Amino acid sequence: MIQLFINYYETVAVIIFSIGFTTMLLNRNLIKKIIGFNFMDCAIYLFLACKGYVEGRKAPIIIDGVQSMEAYINPVPSGLVLTGIVVSVSVTAFLLALTIRLYYRYHTLDIEEIIVLSKKEED
Amino acid sequence: MKIREDYEQVGWRKLIHWVNADLQEDYISKDHVIHDQLHLKENAAQEKNKRIDELKSSLQALAKTHGKQWYEKSYRIFSIFVAVAMIIVLLGVVSQLPSFGDPSNPANNEVSERYIESGLQETGAVNIVAGMILDYRAFDTLGESHVLFIAAVSVLILLRMDYGSDGKLRKTKGIRDEGYDRMYEPRNDLILQTVTRLLFPMIVLFGIYVILNGHISAGGGFSGGAIVGAALILYNNAFGFNKTKRFFTYNTFKWVSFASLITYALLKTYSFYTGANHLHSGIPLGEPGAILSSGLILPLNICVGCVVACTMYTFFTMFRKGGM
Amino acid sequence: MNLFVMLLCLFLILCAISVALTKDILTSIIIYMSFSLIMCVIWILLESPDLAITEAAVGAGITTLLFFATFKKIHLIDEEEERASHED
Repeated sequence: MIQLFINYYETVAVIIFSIGFTTMLLNRNLIKKIIGFNFMDCAIYLFLACKGYVEGRKAPIIIDGVQSMEAYINPVPSGLVLTGIVVSVSVTAFLLALTIRLYYRYHTLDIEEIIVLSKKEED
Repeated sequence: MKIREDYEQVGWRKLIHWVNADLQEDYISKDHVIHDQLHLKENAAQEKNKRIDELKSSLQALAKTHGKQWYEKSYRIFSIFVAVAMIIVLLGVVSQLPSFGDPSNPANNEVSERYIESGLQETGAVNIVAGMILDYRAFDTLGESHVLFIAAVSVLILLRMDYGSDGKLRKTKGIRDEGYDRMYEPRNDLILQTVTRLLFPMIVLFGIYVILNGHISAGGGFSGGAIVGAALILYNNAFGFNKTKRFFTYNTFKWVSFASLITYALLKTYSFYTGANHLHSGIPLGEPGAILSSGLILPLNICVGCVVACTMYTFFTMFRKGGM
Repeated sequence: MNLFVMLLCLFLILCAISVALTKDILTSIIIYMSFSLIMCVIWILLESPDLAITEAAVGAGITTLLFFATFKKIHLIDEEEERASHED
């Protein structure tokens, strides 16, 4: 239990992930669902970045030629997250474009209504 | 008829059907199809509004039924249960993880040690993260640039409005007067325009600075490109599409993205070729900390920056107007 | 865990919960924007300046702009439909 308070960033990341997941499940508005998806993204990035952090070490930019492992934090999660942030914005743009197309056709943002309307159209 | 049935039985034909996911036969005569389409087009506009109204009223009726309410209630309870269970499981996992900020964390293994201790000699980049994503794992970043490009193209397909040769909107699906430009042009907002005149050069300059200094300090192609894209969006908001049309069109997007991606691919192909064959690549690494140093990282950063800036601006214009 | 970090973490969780609970879409988009800004500060605290710059430009800037553009587009569609129905 005390470990939860030592790993406070991870705890926060997990809580935000769950809230984003719940938003995606329970909210019927498509834009809210996309915001929840973005929260899940951010939570995972936070989790990854804290795995690479080491107390008392500096950002991985070499200063004064010091090149020992003890001076810098782990650069691998930073690189991973940098890649992820940019991919997440393109995924968001794609989802929003799909939302606009759905709104053109069904004039609603409610996912349940869209499902029912599309089923009735098929019949 | 006999030939057609035979043709339908051929395996290749079935495969094409399966790939195209069309279960309808495509043997109907063409006149019939054209007649059908005309008929549909005439009726579609009138029927659409009526149909949507009918569907919505039936939807409201459905929402009042017992089964629907029961389904909604059980769905809510079930999803809350799933969310709570997930929180408990994940918190349990976190409580077993190694401590935050601990140097003996298993994530700090020999991989990061290698990057930190010999990254400067091997890539020449002072910023280890830039050296890692644009030199050791440059192929990954190439794939990511393609992800951005493909996302921009798919947004373009989904939201672009077609204009005929006479300048009128060809596709009038869903929305009328989509191309009516006055709606999207700003109404000569003096404050916004003055602030933009002051800020636009500075933001672009800062973006270029971030791109060019990617291997020396924090930043790089992704963040600098996003800053330049944001500056273009600000300019568009202040002065409208008529002004941005002068320097940014579909052709600009197409050629800048294409040139950047192909340059990136060719540069990395060269370095992979020489690396795999144990040849000397001939690219000087330069003095660490200088702007012209660290071999290929600077041109690769510029390529990534161009792709990101074009993509961000294209996203915005597509969402705003459906054209450039 | 000092007070500043604690406040930031609390703010993150509050933002996430309030997005889930607000009815208005515009409010939730603005809350998402502030969430991104706080994330940007947290990247600085986690010694990742690259991520901070990218998050500030992409998360708080571009993504929010795209949400706003979508929101405006949807309103435009509604207005257009109304005008079309009046003309008929």
